Amino acid sequence: MARRTFSIGGVHPHDSKISRECPIEPLPIPPVVYISVSQHIGAPAVPVVAPGDKVKVGQVVAEPGGFVSAFIHSSVSGTVKSVGPRKDLAGNNQTHIEIAVEGDEWLETIDRSETLVTDIPDDNKAILDKIRLGGIVGLGGATFPTHVKLSPPPGSKCERLIINGCECEPYLTSDFRTLLEKGEQVVVGAAILKQVLGDVPCTIAIEENKPEAIAHIKEVIAILSAASPKFAGMEVLPLRKRYPQGGEKQLIDAVMHRQVGSGALPISVGAVVQNVATSLAVYDAVLKGKPIIDNSVTVTGECFLHQANLLVRVGTPLQFILDYLGGIPEDAAKVISGGPMMGRAVANLDAATLKGTGALLLLTEKQTRRRPETNCIRCGKCADACPMGLEPFLLQKLSRLGDVEALEENAAQDCIECGCCLYSCPAGIPLLDIIRTGKGAALAAIRARNVKK
Amino acid sequence: MKALILTVAIITCLGLVLAVVLYLVAKKFRVEEDPRIDEVEKVMPGANCGGCGYAGCRAFAESAVKADNLDSHFCPVGGNDVMAKVAGILGFEVKAKAPAVAVVRCNGTCANRPRVNEYDGIASCKVKASLYSGDTACAFGCLGCGDCVAACQFGALSMDPETGLPVVDEEKCTACGACAKACPKAIIELRPKGPRGMRVYVSCVNKDKGPAAKKACAAACIGCGICARTCTHEAIVLENNVAYIDPAKCKLCRECEAMCPTGAIHGINFLKPLDKEAVKARIQARKEKKEEK
Repeated sequence: MARRTFSIGGVHPHDSKISRECPIEPLPIPPVVYISVSQHIGAPAVPVVAPGDKVKVGQVVAEPGGFVSAFIHSSVSGTVKSVGPRKDLAGNNQTHIEIAVEGDEWLETIDRSETLVTDIPDDNKAILDKIRLGGIVGLGGATFPTHVKLSPPPGSKCERLIINGCECEPYLTSDFRTLLEKGEQVVVGAAILKQVLGDVPCTIAIEENKPEAIAHIKEVIAILSAASPKFAGMEVLPLRKRYPQGGEKQLIDAVMHRQVGSGALPISVGAVVQNVATSLAVYDAVLKGKPIIDNSVTVTGECFLHQANLLVRVGTPLQFILDYLGGIPEDAAKVISGGPMMGRAVANLDAATLKGTGALLLLTEKQTRRRPETNCIRCGKCADACPMGLEPFLLQKLSRLGDVEALEENAAQDCIECGCCLYSCPAGIPLLDIIRTGKGAALAAIRARNVKK
Repeated sequence: MKALILTVAIITCLGLVLAVVLYLVAKKFRVEEDPRIDEVEKVMPGANCGGCGYAGCRAFAESAVKADNLDSHFCPVGGNDVMAKVAGILGFEVKAKAPAVAVVRCNGTCANRPRVNEYDGIASCKVKASLYSGDTACAFGCLGCGDCVAACQFGALSMDPETGLPVVDEEKCTACGACAKACPKAIIELRPKGPRGMRVYVSCVNKDKGPAAKKACAAACIGCGICARTCTHEAIVLENNVAYIDPAKCKLCRECEAMCPTGAIHGINFLKPLDKEAVKARIQARKEKKEEK
């Protein structure tokens, strides 16, 4: 078998999947949840509940604030206590809906049984509507509203659906567990997405460090495709382990050998990429009537005794999750939301989880210590590692100088913030931190120009 | 010897011919430039700081010469003196502007604002702000990495190691605004210097509600509105839970400063220290008089 992967850059951090044997278990419902109105890329949602309102699980609490936006549903049943600013993971104010939990009463329209439904309706428009109303966003990290991604602009045609099961970030295991435990649902969800996109072939890409998942999904596809023609044209593609394979553009390169141009969308090369967790959420929304009210979160770290993959209700305070698993160990120095490469240190443990919160990682002081910064020795390791083919050593210099024009010329806006440059720099230069500010400036300049036009 | 003479002769002739060619070309393709541009540039400070909004003193001069009036041109570094000279060269009239100075609107010293987490990234406010709200519970206050100090070309800013906040040297500050642009939290404001440097301002930009602001910082503006109610000149507006004193309306009576419960309002460069009790008594007496009426 050809060991496929993407062609430019990339690094090989140790995968540290220490929580891979932990089955997904539901976390008890916290006494209070705080549901943010900004859980997706795009315009924040507009709250439609007021203090004192009674809500049930799955009830809409905020409506989209624009085309690129998403519905937000209550993850618990109880009474709305307040709607107002609260500090998010980064410590900035964000409107949250506070709900005091009373019991666990779900909307009657949600099918809570475990039975697998494989009967995919034929009406694509109705399916898209269900995805939109279910508040489905890309759960791979970017949280881009899924219904927008599934409505390609006129003139472009999708040729292949890629389901992203790479989970290339070290430590993260929630997608792996989802593939093992909910493989059937993921495949049915993928079949729904594939049908909406016009019966295109579908590839489920999984990295080789998850052989159990590869075998299981192959088996599921074999069984389902024998039962119904709707599951034809689906395949599993094992990929060589390499970071950042789960990046949208990298994955398209690995699977289809096509390069997405600077500033272009994946659809321009005929690809649509969806995450495993998104696929499961689509299955739930379309066939079970269940919007996104919970997601699986990996809680892990070497210093942490109780590794776990938890099914967490959206809006659960981080402190509640950590307390459930025995509290923060003494030698933990940082709590990171997400993986070690792209995740961000949490400034505030009172903050609540979002739809896109995939992991909580606890690292010790030794693990998070930064190397002292020394001068750039022009070794070019960062340029070798950059999966977007950029020159991080140059971009960091330009970012420091604030030369927006040159930043744009050197494609700082294409940076995917994967952290490969910083990981590979022998001089300990915090390349990504600096380039991120330059990327912001370049994007702002491009936006300003587009508005003028 | 003959070769030597020949060489000198040829080079001389060549030089003469090329000189004539160069002269003719220069004459033919001469770019007419307004001589006033040079004159204006000469009276400019020459710091090329960009405080005026143009790329440098030359760009300012070019634009000023073309302009119909000088309303949109002002050199903050040279101030009224330079602008009077520029106006003289160009034959415009120019209104004198009150001299301004950079004011740091944050009083979140290490004592007032406890650190709630530890930042171990690079010492740049811009980078820090792109990552999170900062190492205190106040999401609006000074990040303390000194981007403003680095941006100042006149050496007017320095970090006070004791408070962790930047300090403005009023003598050196030219109000070019580079620091205000460099601050990702928009804390630094250019305010009129005031008579003999006396001015009163709210040293806080925290938009949180009172309890949250107070919890984050002992010297925060909690948006209680006492200052706005006390002010008899309608100089104070309360917006988004933070007070702002309009320097154009402020009469420097310092009543708001005396009444502020958190000490977020600062009066500086006054000859005498503020006698809070006396001012409070004065306000009380005025209130009673009003009630009697």
